[in-house]
Amino acid sequence: MTSVHPNGNDPAPRLDRAAIAKRAARDLVDGSTVNLGIGIPTMCADFLPDGVELLYHAENGILGFKELSAPGEGDPNLMDAGGKFPKLVPGMAFFDSVESFSLIRGGHIDVTVLGALQVSHTGDLANWMIPKRGIGSIGGAMDLAANSKRVVVAMEHTARDNIAKIVDECSFPLTAPDCVDEIVTDIAVIEIDRKNDRLVLREVAPGWSCDDVQAHTEARLELDGEPGLMA
Amino acid sequence: MVFVCEHFGTNNQRSVSDIQEKDRTIWRVMPINKTTNSFADAVADIPSGASIMIGGFGGAGGQPTRLMMALRDLGVGDLTIIGNVAGISKTTGYGWPDHLDPIDQGMFFESGQATKIICSFPVPGTTNPLSDIEKAWREGKADVDIVPQGTLIERIRAAGAGIPGFYTPTGVGTTVAEGKEHREFDGKAYLLEEALSADYALIRAQKADTRGNLQYIGTSRSFNPAMATAAKTTIVEVDEIVEPGGIDSERVGTLSTYVDRIVQRESGDPLP
Repeated sequence: MTSVHPNGNDPAPRLDRAAIAKRAARDLVDGSTVNLGIGIPTMCADFLPDGVELLYHAENGILGFKELSAPGEGDPNLMDAGGKFPKLVPGMAFFDSVESFSLIRGGHIDVTVLGALQVSHTGDLANWMIPKRGIGSIGGAMDLAANSKRVVVAMEHTARDNIAKIVDECSFPLTAPDCVDEIVTDIAVIEIDRKNDRLVLREVAPGWSCDDVQAHTEARLELDGEPGLMA
Repeated sequence: MVFVCEHFGTNNQRSVSDIQEKDRTIWRVMPINKTTNSFADAVADIPSGASIMIGGFGGAGGQPTRLMMALRDLGVGDLTIIGNVAGISKTTGYGWPDHLDPIDQGMFFESGQATKIICSFPVPGTTNPLSDIEKAWREGKADVDIVPQGTLIERIRAAGAGIPGFYTPTGVGTTVAEGKEHREFDGKAYLLEEALSADYALIRAQKADTRGNLQYIGTSRSFNPAMATAAKTTIVEVDEIVEPGGIDSERVGTLSTYVDRIVQRESGDPLP
């Protein structure tokens, strides 16, 4: 694994987790059926553009949920896949796990936003196990990554000690090969052109140049026109 | 081949179905009323070495918590547990209200009763403190078989539906696919997964009628309806047992034919 730049060489502050979620949320299209993973992806729900309403799916058998109940007021029989308790809202639907994964495996989820430990230049995703620990949890991640129409990774650009997470080849066990369409991080937005196995740098964070982003990325980034500014 | 049908009462704790004896197949028909008096009675015939499906998703809702506690108290060992999200609530609070101490499938690993778990999510992200399942696994006391969630539930569904296996795109190109048959359909790769059944299923529903028809509430369905179809003996924990007609025929979530025993919780049980 390549260790890249020490933190001191950041040319400008990185975006915070909320800002990553906000940027990822901007691409979500009104009416989509969406599954948000735990962590930064869940925060996307707080930053939907005006006029966008999504149908949120959770693996445990719930479609059409919105905000969470107040702490201490949740109903254990009304849970999302992250173990939190949403409010009951009109139009919500409950179903069992057979139906829930028929929905996923059958390709009916429009967008999945999830976190990652590593993403490769061909769109391979690794997010379920750290080899050093020797054990991990797959949950619904393999089904969602392999079968959603669009897979977006929302994550911090590098791991602790600035170790690259966007790599030539994943060294961690894969969740699914060839599945990621876009990566939104705290310093860049990268599109994965899976037909041509290349990463295209679409946006950079304020104060970051293309070279700065490349210096924090093991896989080679290509340009397709001048990258925009993340906002 | 002669088929013999035996009638087992709820007080008779023999419940191995389809006993093969030379040229006879004996199968079991439960009496029409499946009400069982206590959680202890309901699990009393579970032997050491049994495979046990535990319903729910992970978290309090849909988990047959009282049946699990009865099985722990029974003390039998060498159990194989089949669940979904398993053993992460105690250390993380996952899916439990703040004011209660979470109870999860880790109890069978803490007690040393379980030697294997087949599930999709056996460990939380954090290792501080270690969950009971991860502890047992690190000490070499338990095998952990991690299955993608959609594959796990479909394997269970398949077992209940008489389908020995199926092809799925999930897991292709990962460690999950190692050693499994692959086949292409329409230019895309799939792998063969096999049905998964069990000796017992412990199920949680909101309501049962005395025949064993079940009604679920909210997100408590999860793994329960499929597991109820896939075990030789299906034991159900409910808040309320009603007479036939007390569940709207339009709202039956599990058919009585799948159900062997039902136990009602005490009213006012503080556990979810």
